[in-house]
Amino acid sequence: MATEGGSGFSIHPMDQFIVKPLFGDGPVQWYTPTNVTLWMGIAILCIFGLFVLATRHRGIIPTRLQSVAEVFYGFIHNMVEEVAGHEGVKYFPHVMTLFLFILLSNLLGLLPMSFTTTSHIAVTAVLAVLVFLGVTLIGIARKGLGFFAMFWVSSAPLALRPVLAVIEVISYMMRPVSHSIRLAGNLMAGHAVLKVFAGFASMAVVAPVAIGAATAIYALELLVAVVQAYVFTILTCVYLKDAVGDAHH
Amino acid sequence: MEGELALLGKYIGAGLAAFGLGGAGIGVGNIAGNFLAGALRNPSAAAGQTATLFVGIAFAEALGIFSFLIALLLMFAV
Repeated sequence: MATEGGSGFSIHPMDQFIVKPLFGDGPVQWYTPTNVTLWMGIAILCIFGLFVLATRHRGIIPTRLQSVAEVFYGFIHNMVEEVAGHEGVKYFPHVMTLFLFILLSNLLGLLPMSFTTTSHIAVTAVLAVLVFLGVTLIGIARKGLGFFAMFWVSSAPLALRPVLAVIEVISYMMRPVSHSIRLAGNLMAGHAVLKVFAGFASMAVVAPVAIGAATAIYALELLVAVVQAYVFTILTCVYLKDAVGDAHH
Repeated sequence: MEGELALLGKYIGAGLAAFGLGGAGIGVGNIAGNFLAGALRNPSAAAGQTATLFVGIAFAEALGIFSFLIALLLMFAV
């Protein structure tokens, strides 16, 4: 990204989110390898390296990478067990996969010149809709029609219950929307702010302030990348609890 | 002229939509502040509630992100 011109934005802050083909300039078809494909592939290779290659020997005394993998495993396992309940542990592999993919995508997106796959709603929407459909289907399979009792708030006065049921159904349907937009929006906003400050760095007067601010925002983005992966995972567990937990409503 | 007016409206609208993020900021600050107040009163119970804290923050923040999305849509998609 060359900076032409002394002042103003020579780089548009949203340019970093453009999906480009890796080879040539042709139109993007569904089979075209793009920068999204590349960075998703790198994320998956990193996960493979950490969880397959580094834990291959499974030593009693873990190597450094193996203990990193063990920390992640234990952390997510505890989270699923605490939030979704004992029955939810059955779905731990999916939750673990989601967490690792989102965490690695977020962190790799922070590398300079890289592409943040999770900043696209198309990517996060697929993850969130899979969780939504999965939770709904598991809930119906496990509880039958009793799953829909979740919408009928039996602790409320009888006259209010139909109104509450409508609100509950709407909020249930909004889950995949907020679930996906939260992740994509956070990442996109953070990266856009980073690029805005980087754009100010080309103006000599404000350059020291802008570079300091960009450094601070980068540190914040590091935190956001981890926290958003955690939040996405823990919300998956919260939704899962509706499907597998006891009916408290 | 009419196109310029539409552009003006677009940018004003995007700026107004960004106000929504202030509400999210108030909400997140409220949650974190109340959590801290509670945690200082009873530190032994605080560790078990960090998950609740993050879920609450996530819900409050999502609504702000919606308004940010509206601003982005106005800027780049309309």
